[in-house]
Amino acid sequence: MLRFIRYLKRFWKEVLIGPIFKLTEAIFELIVPLVMAKIIDVGIANRDINYVLKMGGVMVLLGVVGLCCAMVCQYCAARASQGFGTVVRSEMFSHINRLSHGEIDQIGTPSLITRITNDVNQMQLAVAMLIRLLIRSPFLVLGAAVMAVIIDWKLACIFFIAGPLVAMVLYLVLSRSIPFYRIIQRKLDRISLITRENLSGVRVIRAFSRQEKEKERFLEASTDQMNVSISVGKISALLNPLTSVIINLAIAMVIWFGGFRVESGGMTQGEVIAFVNYLNQILLAMIATANLFVIITKAAASAARVNEVLDTVPSVLNYSIADVEGKMNEPKIAFNHVSFAYPSAGDYSLTDISFEVSSGQTIGIIGGTGCGKSTLVNLIPRFYDTSKGSVQVDGIDVQKYPMKQLRKKMGLVPQKAVLFSGTLRQNMSWHKKDATDEEIWKALEIAQAAEFVRKMPDGLDTVILQGGKNLSGGQKQRLTIARALIGAPEILILDDSASALDFATDAALRRSIALLASQQEMTVLIVSQRANTVRYANKIVVLDDGKIVGMGTHEQLLKDCKEYAEIYWSQNEQADMVQ
Amino acid sequence: MNTEKRSEILKRVLTFARPHLWYLAAATISALLSVTLTLYTPVLIGQGIDKILEPGKVYFDQLLPIIIQLAAVALAAALFQWLMSLCTNMVTYKTVRDLRVSVFNKIEQIPLSCIDSRSHGDIISRIVNDIDSVSDGLLQGFSQLFTGIITILMTLYYMLSIHFQVGLVVVVLTPLSLFVSSFIAKRSFHLFRKQSAIKGELSGYIEEMVSSQKVVKAFCYEDRAQQEFDKINHDLYVTGVKSQFYSSLPNPTTRFVNSMIYAAVAIFGAISCISGGFSVGALTSFLTYANQYTKPFNEISGVITELQTALASAKRVFAIIDEPAEKPDDEDAVYPDQSEGRVEIDHVSFSYEKEKPLIRDFDLKVQPGQRIAIVGPTGCGKTTMINLLMRFYDTDKGEIRVDGQPIRKIGRNALRSLYGMVLQDTWMFKGSVRDNIAYGKPDATDQEVIAAAKAAYAHSFIMRLPQGYDTILAEDGGNISQGQKQLLCIARAMLSKPSILILDEATSSIDTRTEIKIQKAFHEMMKGHTSFVVAHRLSTVREADCILVMRDGQIVEQGTHKELLEKQGFYHQLYESQFVQTASEER
Repeated sequence: MLRFIRYLKRFWKEVLIGPIFKLTEAIFELIVPLVMAKIIDVGIANRDINYVLKMGGVMVLLGVVGLCCAMVCQYCAARASQGFGTVVRSEMFSHINRLSHGEIDQIGTPSLITRITNDVNQMQLAVAMLIRLLIRSPFLVLGAAVMAVIIDWKLACIFFIAGPLVAMVLYLVLSRSIPFYRIIQRKLDRISLITRENLSGVRVIRAFSRQEKEKERFLEASTDQMNVSISVGKISALLNPLTSVIINLAIAMVIWFGGFRVESGGMTQGEVIAFVNYLNQILLAMIATANLFVIITKAAASAARVNEVLDTVPSVLNYSIADVEGKMNEPKIAFNHVSFAYPSAGDYSLTDISFEVSSGQTIGIIGGTGCGKSTLVNLIPRFYDTSKGSVQVDGIDVQKYPMKQLRKKMGLVPQKAVLFSGTLRQNMSWHKKDATDEEIWKALEIAQAAEFVRKMPDGLDTVILQGGKNLSGGQKQRLTIARALIGAPEILILDDSASALDFATDAALRRSIALLASQQEMTVLIVSQRANTVRYANKIVVLDDGKIVGMGTHEQLLKDCKEYAEIYWSQNEQADMVQ
Repeated sequence: MNTEKRSEILKRVLTFARPHLWYLAAATISALLSVTLTLYTPVLIGQGIDKILEPGKVYFDQLLPIIIQLAAVALAAALFQWLMSLCTNMVTYKTVRDLRVSVFNKIEQIPLSCIDSRSHGDIISRIVNDIDSVSDGLLQGFSQLFTGIITILMTLYYMLSIHFQVGLVVVVLTPLSLFVSSFIAKRSFHLFRKQSAIKGELSGYIEEMVSSQKVVKAFCYEDRAQQEFDKINHDLYVTGVKSQFYSSLPNPTTRFVNSMIYAAVAIFGAISCISGGFSVGALTSFLTYANQYTKPFNEISGVITELQTALASAKRVFAIIDEPAEKPDDEDAVYPDQSEGRVEIDHVSFSYEKEKPLIRDFDLKVQPGQRIAIVGPTGCGKTTMINLLMRFYDTDKGEIRVDGQPIRKIGRNALRSLYGMVLQDTWMFKGSVRDNIAYGKPDATDQEVIAAAKAAYAHSFIMRLPQGYDTILAEDGGNISQGQKQLLCIARAMLSKPSILILDEATSSIDTRTEIKIQKAFHEMMKGHTSFVVAHRLSTVREADCILVMRDGQIVEQGTHKELLEKQGFYHQLYESQFVQTASEER
């Protein structure tokens, strides 16, 4: 947690000024009971109205100045804590941007999002509370105790019994209830899990008429959550009654023994009253401290989760800064004995992959799910680094390129068609910030998307909702293809990205891409599970279980490669017989 | 939201608390007692102080009973305070549970159109977050409001009864604290709304960028994303500072108002003491009251904001409870447990939205054992057929009959159990493989489950899982592959021995070997059964007794493979583009 202090450096003024002003306010607060004691012992005893008014004026003044000090402190706390949160968030976001896919997969996207939002908020709150309370509460407790000792050290013994007792109660109650909150959260997660299952599986549940069983399951989960909440409630309900009973008994003792001190002339009546006031102040300050502890405990857990992200070292690093000149007369892409294992997995997902693609060629990669097709193409833009062997683009190891130069060479169409909120034009200019409308329309044309975009009332200015909710799956896929084409990439990677297209569109798309490839000498990699999609590639790589089991043209493979033939015939059983 | 509606919502929430009325009553009584007793302690303290004036004027004989009383009152006050918390907890958590369960039960009853048209995340957040905020705001808040008001009234009563004039000073100053707290509440409310809007924007942006990191990286968009992020982040900072500042004001301002009242009481009290008729002890009690007096005002203004959020949440929760449930089965409904598999679709029209007619005058007679193939591009509305057959949705015109019986006259559960359904978007719940297979027949024996798994070609892969049939599947079967999930779904459907089948052939996301298994299992299942197959495979289409060609949710053609080819329509085009045109494509 301490390492986060460096994010506060920029706000050192606020961090310093805040507590100082808070301290001043606390000192004023401690003086008030003393002033009151003076009013009673001097003003009332001597029947001196002027003295009373003077002292009353002092009290008002203390209040006004106290308010001003507190405002300054609250403002400092707000600035420092919000600023802190802003810096941490920005730092996290840029760190996440540096991470490679391996690390992001490991932590998980939803978890990253909660960390950058909720966890940072929690820490932000803790910073504010620390500035406001860290100095004030302990100071009030100590100050009240010191004041009591100064007034009368014998009677002050009561403080040294009551104080620790209150602290003990706070400790016992908090240490027993805090762990429960995590359990309650887990029970709540279960409630939302069952709800989610019931919503997504509504057809299955009703098809099998299992509604009653599901109701029972939900009742069980929510009763469970209720029971835990009630038992935590029993513990935390003890806090206020116990502490106030301790303080009230202490007050009773102060009055009783104070009686003896007054009788013996060691104390005045006003001083006894001041004692009572100090006891009440201690109670309030201690409860505030307890709250501070709860917030700090939560913040520490959040800090650990944030740290985990910041400590994650990106496995794919940018090794060079200067652009690299590609070699001529080398294959556009070459895999040399590449093996790859995901960080969390023991087994290799790809084993000893070697192949070459010449510039302008179209290559198909085919195989079943989980055979490593996507993993293979992910190695080219360095989403992951190889475990063994090397990948070369234009004859140079991809690790030698600056990341930007390497990735600018490629247009990638991911499996999941993702578009971002914003206008269609903004979405299309991801690769090239200043793409002209002409370029965009050309790309849309090739991606078979121009027709439906033209039909949209706002054309390129159509606003796309988050996740592209206002488009169909097929439309989204075509737009992601168009997005990849803008900026004339040297290599186009289509990662199973035509699955939502109907056959006619799919075929038209393949034809227009083939035409573009021959015009621009663009190298195309098509990943697919459909044999018909890769059938006309210059070369087809057949993967099975992370290994190349066949390579060649459609006709060659059909003859020589058992796996390819199996895939082809399972998808085209009698098609050829029909012809 | 007008006030009348608010009180209505409040009343409804309270009806949920009604079964726990005893706890509520006990909580109210405990609250009254604990507040009264707590506020009585300053009186006792003041009386005690008055017994210790100065040397020689300390009356121990009178002091002792006061001290004993003080101790007893303190103990009793604590006891009732504890009881009050316990009882409010009981009411709160039990009511919350009941509320959750009744929303969930409603979800099990509402028509599918309702579930399909809402975002699932929204419903979940209503069940989890909104109900939590109802519990925090309405129930806990209510008890705080109640004790707060009692505290204020009782304090005023005690003060005025101890010394009327000095009490009056406090009353005069009261509006000051009301004014301050309402001013702050108003300002911070607006700022909070603005802040949460920016927060929403920021987390939306984070969600988009983080969950699509691959695209961000592929397009080297990191720097631009960071710029945009920093812009929103800065906006959040600016509003954040303001709203945090305002929201942290109640504490110091309350302390300030308190200290003003304290000073006023001190001055007027001391003067009254000097002029007689007011004791120093009474002044002490007054000072204690003055110290506590403004706290409940503050709490109340906080509670009122919370109450508003809670009411809004409660409204969202009741919106689900108020959804009309599926119409109950007709009284003269029949409950067949077998069917010969004759399905007649008689001049059916249907649409999800009135303005967009989807299916018009659709007519089809299916003889027992026939196979109907449904073809069309992805997203062409094949689920609509399933929705109608299984009566997830009712037809607008015309009717569907099974074995000559209109399905509106068949009990919903009975009708649905006639069908066996295997869809492409498989559904698994978190539980063992065995429980997932036996979902439709919870009392199935192990032998039956294994037999079904074997018939579905799922047995061998299940045995390779770490704990075989006892392996716990993650949420939505996250730990097995898509193809394996589909095999389990087939086993599930087989176990319940359906009369009519609805099957969805795999498209792309399944590896070849598993796909062959699925194909075999489908064939096994279809023997002798009427079946509706969403087809992607030529063999299925060719062997079908009737093909329904769908496009944009509408049935555009129907007939056998041969008939449709001769017709040279959309089916012909589909067929050509898949199998013939690709052959003539240039390399």
